[in-house]
Amino acid sequence: MRSQRPRRLLATVAIGGTAALVLAGCTSGSDTGTDSPASGELDGVTLNVASDWSGAEQTNFEKVLKKFSDDTGAKVNYTSYGTDVATTLNTKVEGGDPPDVAVIPQPGLLQSLAADGNLVELDSATQDEVKANYSQDWVDLGSADGSLYGVWFKAANKSTVWYNTEVYDTAGAEVPETWEDFNDQLGIISDSGVYGLSIGADAGWPMTDWFENVYLRTAGGEKYDQLSTHEIPWTDPSVADALTELGTLWGNTTLIQPGTAQRTFGDSVIAVFGDPPAAGTVFEGDFVAGNISSDTAAVVGETAKFYDFPSVNDSEPSVVGGGNVAVQLTDNEGAAALMQYLATPEAATIWVQEGGFTSPNKNVDMGSYPDETSRQIAESLVSAETFRFDMSDLAPSAFGGTKGTGEWQILIDFFNNPTDIAGTQQKLEESAAAAFG
Amino acid sequence: MTTAVGNPPATPKSAATAGGTGGRHQKAAGGRRLFIALAFLAPALVLLGVLVVYPVIYSIYRSLFDAAGSNFLGLGNYITMFTDPATFVAIRNNVIWVLVVPVTVTILGLIFAVLMDRIKWGIAFKLIVFMPMAISMVAAGVIFRTTFQENPNLGVVNAALVGVHDIFGGSSAYPNARPREDAGLAEADGAIQTDGTVQAGSVADFPLIGINESNIPGTAASAVAADDPAGDAISGTVWLDFIRGGGGTPGEIGDDKVGLPDVTVTALDSSGEVVATARTAADGTYTLTGLPAEDLTLSLPATNFSASYAGVSWLGPALVTAVVILSYIWIWAGFAMVMIASGLSAMDRSLQEAARMDGANEWQVFRRITAPLLSPVLIVVFVTLIVNVLKIFDLVYVIPPPSSLPDATVIAVQMWTVSFGGGNDQGLGSALAVLLLILVLPFMIINVRRFRMDRER
Repeated sequence: MRSQRPRRLLATVAIGGTAALVLAGCTSGSDTGTDSPASGELDGVTLNVASDWSGAEQTNFEKVLKKFSDDTGAKVNYTSYGTDVATTLNTKVEGGDPPDVAVIPQPGLLQSLAADGNLVELDSATQDEVKANYSQDWVDLGSADGSLYGVWFKAANKSTVWYNTEVYDTAGAEVPETWEDFNDQLGIISDSGVYGLSIGADAGWPMTDWFENVYLRTAGGEKYDQLSTHEIPWTDPSVADALTELGTLWGNTTLIQPGTAQRTFGDSVIAVFGDPPAAGTVFEGDFVAGNISSDTAAVVGETAKFYDFPSVNDSEPSVVGGGNVAVQLTDNEGAAALMQYLATPEAATIWVQEGGFTSPNKNVDMGSYPDETSRQIAESLVSAETFRFDMSDLAPSAFGGTKGTGEWQILIDFFNNPTDIAGTQQKLEESAAAAFG
Repeated sequence: MTTAVGNPPATPKSAATAGGTGGRHQKAAGGRRLFIALAFLAPALVLLGVLVVYPVIYSIYRSLFDAAGSNFLGLGNYITMFTDPATFVAIRNNVIWVLVVPVTVTILGLIFAVLMDRIKWGIAFKLIVFMPMAISMVAAGVIFRTTFQENPNLGVVNAALVGVHDIFGGSSAYPNARPREDAGLAEADGAIQTDGTVQAGSVADFPLIGINESNIPGTAASAVAADDPAGDAISGTVWLDFIRGGGGTPGEIGDDKVGLPDVTVTALDSSGEVVATARTAADGTYTLTGLPAEDLTLSLPATNFSASYAGVSWLGPALVTAVVILSYIWIWAGFAMVMIASGLSAMDRSLQEAARMDGANEWQVFRRITAPLLSPVLIVVFVTLIVNVLKIFDLVYVIPPPSSLPDATVIAVQMWTVSFGGGNDQGLGSALAVLLLILVLPFMIINVRRFRMDRER
């Protein structure tokens, strides 16, 4: 089996290469004038596409790929690499058998692949397509060293605050737009005898999302980028400002349901949308809609709604989030055409209509989203003045992604002792310095 | 040899030849024996080499390098290890485990084995005690994690505690209530009091908030202002200063705000002694009568508002190790019992019979005869448990919620976290593995020695 694999690869490359050459000859000769290859132009080309998506996400992505096949005649094989995309993809690349296009969830992986020369820069037509369809933040996130490599296909919005409309109505609370108002409204809810806020922080990742949202608003995008790469230390005064805001909220025991450090995140959603509700509000990303639908009787869009994470000190609309970026690993026309296709609103719309998907592509028609909630999530994402990738996901996992240590645990400790700002900064800095090396 | 037999007058040469051939034969036979021995040993040796010796040596080698594995650090990882407070917590917890668990499990096993040796349905009881051994450690961990959940709706232990507590203590009518801000009221030790002093003949109102609608009794009526009191009385109203959907004027009766019935109101004199007590009516009004003419403080005692008993935070930082140890004991007591019971059944009972004939009581028989005869088994069980406990990983990894994991961690968990669980520093992880090996080694040597001694006997 092992010995067959390189041979098959060779065959694929040979066929693909020949086809590309023939096609290159064709297109330059006929000069159709269109950017994307017309139907049948990639007949006989086989492309391998890989991603971490499986299950329903895989089915929906395959629908997107099928449209490409139908339009161009190229055969597209999709492989799911499962959750550990980085390891699998790196192994494939080292073994000389990379997929033509990979859709990866980590910008860090894009950076390391680009630095090692394993990525193909987008061709000029695709670059134009990306620049027309995406805001600058997404273009920057897909670039490495000034070259554009990535097309962000899927996005996640982690700046959504979910609330139980019945609790808000009973208390007479309104949707807040500013951080002060947010604190006031939580106070009104707790006056009604239901806690304003439930936080599930038995593991520290929700705490990192709290911090990132507040920090992006108090310090701005530039500082956020510097802190993400540890260019500025965690002892920076901007970190103290964000922790002060958070500490004021987290230290208010009348607002927050007790038992935070023992509660799983899923239980905090149930606390808000269960019967009877113990709290009115829970903060996390757009995926909370899934928790609500599967674990509670509340209906997303009716009794369970969300508002954007409130603005702090007149900060501009900002979103912390995540996403999946498509990158090209082999230099052939089929792969380039697929990349260009993925950058179009048409490709994104196919999945948008299936639901459970947010596109960072600003030219996707908002009317394509199947329901009000997903439309609202997408609107706040593409209309955000500032978009930043989840900072803890960018950090080495020893700092930003390990239970019981690093940022996760230090922020839980800070929650339990929200006045110790300097000490928290010191611990964060020590841990970050060790992890960033 | 045939040449020698054929030629009796053996020449020195032939003798030498004969001896030579004999030696070669012997050597060949020895070589063959060695070869056969090696052939039989080979599978075990290869497996031991691949699975034990090579990993041990490679771990020691790897522990001298950094996370990437390319830079030589010398003893740098060991210095990092011993300056990291997390390692100290891990070592401390391992020490607690070693001190508590082997002794407890061995004693429990001994008790079970000796007692069940004497009862009718012994086998059935043994089966029940041994049953946890049949459950995988991870599954047992999940069971304990669920059992000891803090939320009484999820964890059966806290549910039982809350149930018992509520039978005796009962829960208060208005848990978590607090006074409306700027209403001249203050909270003191859970009680709600007037901020200043009040004289007889005046009105004292208590607007309260933070009470869940479901806690308002059905008998509650709309709050009304209290009648003006007599000269030796104080009257007032206790009401829920909140209306559904918000609105209304904070701190004022009206807008259909409801009174809070059955709230205890007390008047305290300057030394804090209770001078009068009253309860509120359905509309929230109360009247305290027969009051002395002095400065009084009105107080709604904490019994009105105490939050319902929430149980114990079993998986919190303080108790989590105890819970994990309990789960381990639950699983391994069965193992100790079976080992000791087998030792017991193999024992020659005539000594006990003889002792009983000589008038020894059961305790003396146990202490002077049964226990000493069992001591080889007890020591095997004890040492096996020490080695097992030093290596404990699964339960500690599964039971604590992540927020308590730093307080429950042990060396093996620390090793895994550092090497694979996000740290990705296999150099430091190898150093921890070497530390664990050094800690386990003495007990392994003791065990091997004992086996050898047993065989010699």
